[in-house]
Amino acid sequence: MNTEKKLYGLTALFDTPDEIIKAAEKVSGSGYEKFDVHTPYPVHGMDDAMKLKPSKLGIITLLFGLAGAGTALLFMYWALTLDYPMVIGGKPYFALPAFIPVTFEVTVLLATLSTVIGMLTFFFRFPENDHPLHDSEYMKHVSKDKYGIAIFAEGPKFNESAVKDLFQSLGGKNIQVVYYPVKEIYPVFQPKFILFLALVAIITSGGTYFTLNKLMFMDPFNWMMNQQREIPQSRSHFFEDGFSMRVPVQGTVARGFMPYPYKDEPVPGEVLSNPTFPARENIELGQNKYLTFCSPCHGDYGDGDSRLRGQFPNPPTFHSNRSREMSDGMLYHIITVGQNVMPGYASQVTREERWAIVNYIRVLQRAKNATDADVEMIKKESASNVGN
Amino acid sequence: MTVDYSKELPVVEGRLTLAQIEELVATPLDTRPDKKFFIALTISGSLLLFGAFCVAVTLLTGIGAWGNNQPVGWAFDIVNFVFWIGIGHAGTLISAILFLLRQKWRTGIARFAEAMTIFAVMCAAIFPILHTGRPWLAGYLMPYPNQHSLWINFTSPLIWDVFAVSTYFTVSLVFWYIGLIPDFASLRDRTASKIKKIIYSIFSLGWRHSHRNWQHYEKAYMLLAGFATPLVLSVHTIVSFDFAVSIMPGWHTTIFPPYFVAGAIFSGFAMVVTVLVFVRKIFNLEQIITLNHLEKMNKVILATGMMVGYAYAMEFFIAWYSGVQFEQFAFINRMFGPYAWAYWIMVSCNVIFPQLFWVKKIRRSIPWMMVIVIFVNVGMWFERFVIVVTSLHRDFLPSSWGYYTPTLYDTGILIGSFGLFFTLVILFTKTLPVVSISEVKAVAEGAQPSHHGGHK
Repeated sequence: MNTEKKLYGLTALFDTPDEIIKAAEKVSGSGYEKFDVHTPYPVHGMDDAMKLKPSKLGIITLLFGLAGAGTALLFMYWALTLDYPMVIGGKPYFALPAFIPVTFEVTVLLATLSTVIGMLTFFFRFPENDHPLHDSEYMKHVSKDKYGIAIFAEGPKFNESAVKDLFQSLGGKNIQVVYYPVKEIYPVFQPKFILFLALVAIITSGGTYFTLNKLMFMDPFNWMMNQQREIPQSRSHFFEDGFSMRVPVQGTVARGFMPYPYKDEPVPGEVLSNPTFPARENIELGQNKYLTFCSPCHGDYGDGDSRLRGQFPNPPTFHSNRSREMSDGMLYHIITVGQNVMPGYASQVTREERWAIVNYIRVLQRAKNATDADVEMIKKESASNVGN
Repeated sequence: MTVDYSKELPVVEGRLTLAQIEELVATPLDTRPDKKFFIALTISGSLLLFGAFCVAVTLLTGIGAWGNNQPVGWAFDIVNFVFWIGIGHAGTLISAILFLLRQKWRTGIARFAEAMTIFAVMCAAIFPILHTGRPWLAGYLMPYPNQHSLWINFTSPLIWDVFAVSTYFTVSLVFWYIGLIPDFASLRDRTASKIKKIIYSIFSLGWRHSHRNWQHYEKAYMLLAGFATPLVLSVHTIVSFDFAVSIMPGWHTTIFPPYFVAGAIFSGFAMVVTVLVFVRKIFNLEQIITLNHLEKMNKVILATGMMVGYAYAMEFFIAWYSGVQFEQFAFINRMFGPYAWAYWIMVSCNVIFPQLFWVKKIRRSIPWMMVIVIFVNVGMWFERFVIVVTSLHRDFLPSSWGYYTPTLYDTGILIGSFGLFFTLVILFTKTLPVVSISEVKAVAEGAQPSHHGGHK
């Protein structure tokens, strides 16, 4: 290491604000590239005396302020109109007036934080506690009640004795020479440091694991999950009959309930007629419900080829003459109340959906037993669809 | 007595030198706390502990421990929240608005008022979080991607509150810290203790009083003041939206935002005066926090007190003028209903007593102003009580009318919040400079060049 101290610069102290302004004007006009003025508080008129350009800090504020406003507004637009649209208080999804407060707050937050952080790090290069001026006599004085000026040993014009003369001619006191401090070096691969890193890693990962996997399931964080309430299917210690689930009061009718009065009708096919029109949406609804509720036993195409591998008796095919001649009403009746081992599906499938299933069964039957005329029609339709 | 209005009164009295100013402000930090300090700390700490006990009971049994009922679902929790947020507003007003208005006298009291802002917002934050019933899940108030793919309701005034109060706290804290950096540097350079030096060095970030830094620093201070000004107005505006956006008679009024802001400044200044009267005496800061400062603050109290009085009158006028039966009932019920006592406490404390500040002798008399500002503090707490509780206890349906009485725990948490506030204030006076050293130096006599702007 070089034992000779490296020169940082020269400093001088002044007693009054008037003197420091004059000194700053002289120094800034004398051609020294790097110099600085240190005062315990901002002295008015110093910007001009030092010939400083106006601060560009406002640019950061403006950029981040605009970014804050844009981000907040776009995020709320995305969250409340695209990602999870919900009508709240009869307002439109994009309720601009109601978004203003949050937009404003985020703008202010981002603008101020970026101004401060930008100034401290980007403009000042803080934190910087190893600066050569720290702990010098000079710094102690300018921190309290003196006004100081420092010229740094940079640039071709710098000359130690010339600067000293300049300070003396300006009336500076306590003229001092400041050197760079001896740099302290900390080797990275020190056992202590590596141990410290390992400890930090263990504490952070352990803490995170504990918080997410243990703490969240402890009192009081689990109070929302462990509430004093009855769970369906569990035994009740409150009701006399021991059931947690209660039956509705007698005579209760569910919303939209339609009574089915033909349960014991001998020939329901004659009194029931299909109220729906087999349009595309209806057929698609029927297909959807058929594949969900019917196909496990009846097969995807109604052939009676069950997927249940004999766990339940196979039903007959829909393509027999008997099935094809059944009226719509009869099919509907069977779906509603069941037949032989098949249970009724009235509780799972709504009235409209049952009629849609009937229509879909008709589609399957026609497809499996297509006539020449049907084939001709399909050919015609697909020919006219080629253009598409 | 003749007064020369063409000349500004000196902000710092007694022609103190810069070194003397620093000495005065830094002395409490360098001396050991005396007996009085510990007595004060014991009292406020006991109040804080009592509050902590009541909070613990609330957490264990739920908010059923409180007196809230149907229809008074918002009571002490919301009253105290609005009260403390209001107290905080004086600090930002002094540090930001008076800075933009170039009021030099603000420098003596700005640091302390800002600290009170931060402590008051901390006290305020306790209440809505407890009020949610499950305070440990307060994180749900922030928008974060979750399993339910739900977002918070950005159109709700309660969510605006979350954003406004948290932004307000962060910006106040940053503003406060920025002001402290040069003072930390001064303390770092004067202290003899090694530990203190390390702490001050860390917080001063290596500040060197360089004018190349001062230049940006002053710009940043200006920008922050510019943002803090609309921010402080927005915070109490948004707090008032919690009420004004509803359809409750007595809440549903457009005058609420300016009325709340004026009330906030009113109560905040009263609290600042209350505390500063003691601080300037105890820490011998009478030359920096002068009687002129207190008089100016009393003038602000007088002005904002009359604004609040005007708002009370205007609410009545609009209730009558609107012709809405429910509004009219709500306001007549305030004056003569079951809570009339609260209403008359509010009117006498907020409108009648501050009128005494028209007399200059009273404005400049410490005992008189102490009595009046304490009345104002009480009155402003009752204002929030009147707004919240009297409006709720008689709503549209006579069948659901009720009466609210606070329980021990309601009162205990309120007392605890005062304990927290004064504990923080007391600790602050011994740990940080209560007056901004660099700002007061800058306004001392002879601190600026005699030829403004560099005499070109």
